[in-house]
Amino acid sequence: MAGLQLLSEYGLRVDGRRPNELRQIRCKMGVFSQPDGSAYLEQGNTKVLAAVYGPHEVRLNRSKTHHDRAYINCQFSMAVFSTSERKRRPRGDRKSQEMDMNLNQIFESAIRTELYPRSRIDIYLEVLQADGSNFSACVNAATLALIDAGIPLKDYVCSCTSTLAPSQGGAPPTPMVDVNHVEETLGGPGLSMSTLPRLDSVVHLELSGTRLHLSHIDPVAEKAATGAADIMAVLDKAVRGHVAQCLHAREVSGQGADA
Amino acid sequence: MKTSKVFVKKTKRGTILKIVREHYLRTDLTCGSYFCKKCFHAPKDLILDEVPEILSSTYNFHHYLLLDTNIILDQMDILETKVLSNIILLQTVLEEVRNRSSSIYKRTLDLVGNKNKYYTFVNEHHRETHVESKDCESSNDRNDRAIRRAVEWYNEHLTTPGGVSLKVILLTDDRNNRDLAIAQGLIALSMKDYVQTLEKHPFLLDKLSHKSYDADADGKLRAPLFPAHLSAEQVHIGIKNGKLLQGVFYASRDNFLEGTVNVDGMDKSVLLQGHEGLNRAVDGDHVAVEMLPETQWSAPSEVVMQDEGGDPGDVNPDEEQVLESAVNGKERTPTGKVVAIIRRNWRQYCGVIQLGFYQGAINHIFVPAERKIPKIRIETRQADVLANQRIIVAIDSWSRYSRYPKGHFVRALGEIGDKDTENEVLLLEHDIPHTKFSDAVLACLPKMPWAITKEDEDCRVDLRNVCICSVDPPGCTDIDDALHCFQLPNGNYEVGVHIADVSHFIRPGTALDKEASRRGTTVYLTDKRLDMVPELLSSNLCSLRGQEERLSFSCIWELTPDAQILSTRFHKSIICSKKAMTYEEAQLIIDDSSQNDDLALGLRGLNNLAKKLKKQRTDNGALVLASPEVRFHVDSETHEPLEVVVKKLRDTNSMVEEFMLLANISVATRILAEFPECAILRRHPTPPISNFEPLMRSLKTQGFDLDVTTGKGFSDSLDKAVKPENPFFNNMVRILATRCMLQAVYFCSGMIQPDEYKHYGLAVPIYTHFTSPIRRYADIMVHRLLAVCIGADHMSPEMLDKNFSNQVCKNLNYRNRMAQYAGRASVALHTHLFFRNKIQDEQGYILYVRKNALLILIPKYGLEGTVYVAPKKGEVLPVTFVYDEEQQTQTCGSVVFNPFDPVKVQLSLDQSDRQREKLVFKLVEPVIPGFSVPSVELPTEEPMEVEIVSEKARPAAPPAKRTKKGKR
Repeated sequence: MAGLQLLSEYGLRVDGRRPNELRQIRCKMGVFSQPDGSAYLEQGNTKVLAAVYGPHEVRLNRSKTHHDRAYINCQFSMAVFSTSERKRRPRGDRKSQEMDMNLNQIFESAIRTELYPRSRIDIYLEVLQADGSNFSACVNAATLALIDAGIPLKDYVCSCTSTLAPSQGGAPPTPMVDVNHVEETLGGPGLSMSTLPRLDSVVHLELSGTRLHLSHIDPVAEKAATGAADIMAVLDKAVRGHVAQCLHAREVSGQGADA
Repeated sequence: MKTSKVFVKKTKRGTILKIVREHYLRTDLTCGSYFCKKCFHAPKDLILDEVPEILSSTYNFHHYLLLDTNIILDQMDILETKVLSNIILLQTVLEEVRNRSSSIYKRTLDLVGNKNKYYTFVNEHHRETHVESKDCESSNDRNDRAIRRAVEWYNEHLTTPGGVSLKVILLTDDRNNRDLAIAQGLIALSMKDYVQTLEKHPFLLDKLSHKSYDADADGKLRAPLFPAHLSAEQVHIGIKNGKLLQGVFYASRDNFLEGTVNVDGMDKSVLLQGHEGLNRAVDGDHVAVEMLPETQWSAPSEVVMQDEGGDPGDVNPDEEQVLESAVNGKERTPTGKVVAIIRRNWRQYCGVIQLGFYQGAINHIFVPAERKIPKIRIETRQADVLANQRIIVAIDSWSRYSRYPKGHFVRALGEIGDKDTENEVLLLEHDIPHTKFSDAVLACLPKMPWAITKEDEDCRVDLRNVCICSVDPPGCTDIDDALHCFQLPNGNYEVGVHIADVSHFIRPGTALDKEASRRGTTVYLTDKRLDMVPELLSSNLCSLRGQEERLSFSCIWELTPDAQILSTRFHKSIICSKKAMTYEEAQLIIDDSSQNDDLALGLRGLNNLAKKLKKQRTDNGALVLASPEVRFHVDSETHEPLEVVVKKLRDTNSMVEEFMLLANISVATRILAEFPECAILRRHPTPPISNFEPLMRSLKTQGFDLDVTTGKGFSDSLDKAVKPENPFFNNMVRILATRCMLQAVYFCSGMIQPDEYKHYGLAVPIYTHFTSPIRRYADIMVHRLLAVCIGADHMSPEMLDKNFSNQVCKNLNYRNRMAQYAGRASVALHTHLFFRNKIQDEQGYILYVRKNALLILIPKYGLEGTVYVAPKKGEVLPVTFVYDEEQQTQTCGSVVFNPFDPVKVQLSLDQSDRQREKLVFKLVEPVIPGFSVPSVELPTEEPMEVEIVSEKARPAAPPAKRTKKGKR
């Protein structure tokens, strides 16, 4: 379709959302039995699986062991069928390596690593369908998986993207939250921010796409932060729901054992 | 509040991809009606009246209108009358409109924005009105269904539980959609049927577009006049496999049966001839062309032909003349024929009505003012009123069976011959924004009384005690440059150019800035100046008037006495010009050796340096060109033209010019160094040698060689082309050489390769415009960039966006070109008025020799005209002219007409047709018995109704200065 706009004259985005609305988030924890913690998260059509192993003893690469804290290893990969054109390499390319590094940094600052000296935590992420804000969805999924694994976090790590729709008819440009794939390809700047919402601290911030003028950074970043806070509410609800369900299941099975 | 919906789309991008996009359906979208009590309306969304006014006599119940896409695309003129209100626009419709025509889309948005009770209903995202596309359903059919669904929903929604309801009427000109809607129990009408019931507004019928959606509904038995166009698919395939070419069609100005198509990637444009060759293409259309086999190639005809006479009915005219000349043509050029129109580029055209055959007829022929546009058939019931008026008409369609396109009346401009009307025509034809500045724009102006503040003084260099002066044409009120010069103790000179600091007043992103950017340039007409910025700025606060403190942007050099630049610096400053002089005054001071004050010394210093600079420049191969852009200097008493203004330039003209060029070059270097990606520059491409071929040919017959390989050689050979017996000869050569040039254009440095930055005419590697920010928007952009370079201002986001800058440059180039054309047209218009009731002999020169005509230039008026030498149809001339194509001459008996020869012609105004007066050229000298006319005495002082504004009342239009800048 020709001439798509980030934000139409009547104030709706390409997919019908308003600028401050997230896509629908659906998530499920404990999807696998093998790993210590796992989660599946959908943010609109972006679908991500996360699996956490650990903390466990460092076997390979002993040199990476830290004597005072845990060593965190993240691996980001995208399924070959996740994009509209098939990908050749699911992981290990330059972009994925950069993602790995970013994820490492994020979770090193969010996990209370000092509780697990000389051990290792592995976080594996797999994007099943890529429809924009892949990195953010991965961070959110990893958070759920870590919680599922019972690893202590300082706070939920919530990540959200935002962009800026060009000004229309004299109005200032509008920042928009949770960018989907179409919006990413339409150009404009892309800001991705990971925060610890309740501690009010930012653990990761990345700016990509077209250049963003200095005077616009604040509103765009603020938008991403609000988005992250909204995401936290969703994740929190999911975690509580999951825990309640687990308790319920245990009670049921416990009763069964008693009887 | 969100329901998610996934739909699948297939697009082709080499391979077939399945694209899945989310599509959220909402429940918070409102219907926009005061009548509705169900929705939670935001106040700004409440647009439609609770009790809409009833206009229609047949549909005399309260209703809203809902428009189909075809209504918006075709009946925009009716909608813009704003008679119809309480209209619902659907998102589906708006998107279709946007994909079809961006200009109509913009006009639609203007309607919505103006709050004419147009409500945009976002039906695609509304949970109730979203329509899923079915298998094997075309997107068009789906959209029609979505529109009908929206009408249905509105009808249900606007029914209260008590049974009171408001109806929604669907207007569509698509019969299919209408029938389906009626079958669904909805009220659906065509625009025509609806407008006919509006008894209070009968004239809306005139504005009805007659596009017919029922293919070939005319069902005519007669043979079609034109070959059918290919379908879009055929064209697509044809272009892909190289059988068809696509390009923009340009109609010829001289011959209505000829045109060219510029095809990308071909050096020569493709020639099109005859009715079938043009096949209903209108100037500016994007067309698909099929090349003819080389044996059928033809040459551009040498005949000047206009579509004369009335409506001959739907027959094709005699094409003998065109084709005959084509066969004789020796040098054949690629020739083709139009097989399809890819995109129409129709706009609205100004012109007059040619009355139908009998009283009370409603079908008339409309004759556009622009010669390149064909006549248009229109239907009107007010022909008697419109006969004496200039009117605007839009084209609707052009069927195979009709010789002329069909159109409809849009609006009347006013009485023919009335100067205001004619000016309005001129402005509209050249698309020049000429409305008053809006309140939003005026609100951006500084409050009066304005004074220099302490902050200004803190951040600017105070140059108020430097002896600065300005030199401009007489009567100039928008003074944007001033100069100073003095000798430094070390023998060098300090020279400063001070430019009005317009960017201080026009801040980026304000309404004022947007308006200035849209207008692009100040337009100078003979009796009018259309300012780019409001008068308070252009003639007062930014104008560097004598003895007044003003803000300026200064460029200051240290120059050696040999005019070599040692250093350059830029800063913002406060100046107080000692004196605002005219060129003449400045010249007098320079020449008067008794004056030795600072001012006189400064001027002399400037003058000497300027001469050296000019020498350096011409040595580098800068061109001195001429163009007959004449200002109409009219005496207030006698209405006689006072002088020819293609005059010898005074030293002072060139003095100012040299320093402006120097400033522009210095600034260009600086901003490019700082912003390699987004500097605004001006380039003048080297013209292809083929452009010079006709000129070289005709000069060869005169015994001159033109070296066009280098700028330097060209400039030298132009200097050598002098004929002692014809003093104007050199001037003529330069005029023609100017016409071979390409247009200089603004561009954004990131968009093209650095080796293309060159300015050919000035022979400098880079150039920009810095010195006239009051009348050119490009200069304002350059000011802003330079201000950032020197840290005097901060960056705004748009300045770094090269795509945005490029868009602005495109608009500026377009506006500039149009302003130039409008200026010329204005001179032509005044010449016209001047020659009313007047016959005059004038000295002229032959520009071109054509097969049936001589094209004559009269430098005194900058006027061009044709002397026909071949008899017209049914006419017998007692003498015959022999045309020699090789030598480019016409011979009659012993008299030979060469290009550039002086001739004397008689000018008169043919007033036989009051609607279309035209200037007629007749030969006086050399005398050819039976052909030339006897000379007339200059007319005596008889009272004449010449409506030319007197010299005094003429607003400042600096002639020589603009010619110089306009060209570069």
